[in-house]
Amino acid sequence: MKNELIDYCLRLGDSSLILSHRIAEYCSKAPILEEDLAITNVGLDLLGQAENFLTYAAELKGDTTADLLTFKRREGDFRCLHLVQTPNTDFAFILARQFLMDCYHQILFSKLISSEDETILGISKKAIKEVNYHLDRSNDWIKRLGLGTTESNERLQNAVNDLWMYTDELFIDNSTDIAMNKNKIAPLSSNLKSDWLEMVESALKFSEIKIPQEIRYSLRYGKDGFHTEYLGFILAEMQHLPLLYPDATW
Amino acid sequence: MSSDDQGILWEVFIQVKAGRPYKHIGSLHAYDKEMAMKSARDLYTRRNEGNGIWIVKAEDIISSEASDGEAFFDPSNDKVYRHPTFYKIPDGVKHI
Repeated sequence: MKNELIDYCLRLGDSSLILSHRIAEYCSKAPILEEDLAITNVGLDLLGQAENFLTYAAELKGDTTADLLTFKRREGDFRCLHLVQTPNTDFAFILARQFLMDCYHQILFSKLISSEDETILGISKKAIKEVNYHLDRSNDWIKRLGLGTTESNERLQNAVNDLWMYTDELFIDNSTDIAMNKNKIAPLSSNLKSDWLEMVESALKFSEIKIPQEIRYSLRYGKDGFHTEYLGFILAEMQHLPLLYPDATW
Repeated sequence: MSSDDQGILWEVFIQVKAGRPYKHIGSLHAYDKEMAMKSARDLYTRRNEGNGIWIVKAEDIISSEASDGEAFFDPSNDKVYRHPTFYKIPDGVKHI
């Protein structure tokens, strides 16, 4: 059970960590200053959530820290979802990815605030407030882009088409999900699917975006330690400095 | 939309806590009210600066002109007697 709990915390922590890294890559590149600050704030919130979950994972593991888990762990030991690993393309893609994750986080954390694990419950109570705001913002942008100009609708549609194949992983149960559910620590991933679909589909339909067909594209998933080709490059950049200069401080 | 179109200018006022006055804290660009409110929250309240926000379109604020300075404000420079502290109160006066 302890190993599954560690694995679960790594999944939540790593997914927020890698998404926050993708957002950090976008810093200074948003179309307007106000949006640049806003999306970067979201990234910082996610980094805080990642730190909380990784600190808990490190405590459970013993003899390690959140920093060591972040900067000295091998690719195959990460448990982040494929969706958050996708490289940034344009503003519509970044907001669409954010919206899909925000919906997932909102539904997940609203269940985790009644977890039997006190630490997960505590982290989730704090996180849900942040996530509600993230969702409010990304949902707003889905409407603006979807109902904006022909170009903005087209860009958003392309983004949703490209991202959709990564969403099945969110609702796949593995042995960790089963153990977490059995111990009343977390819901089964598969139990989140209908709420998520309803939330996502109603927003996309309202915004005149077509829902792509459901595809199972991958036989192996990030939550099991099998990653997209993108993760290695993210880690190479993220871990480069502490690996090269192990004693570096700030 | 041209690439340099950042929307219109809004002025932001923050209330530190209930009952206190709203104070001007800065400005921002946004296309409409909803976006202005979200941006104001992100730009000006994330360090716990307050829990109330007012936003006004900058063009709706009636402002004195810097060039009016002389005519508007200078004449009051040398009229210290407009302050109550200018006047000496005789010792015998009570309740003042």
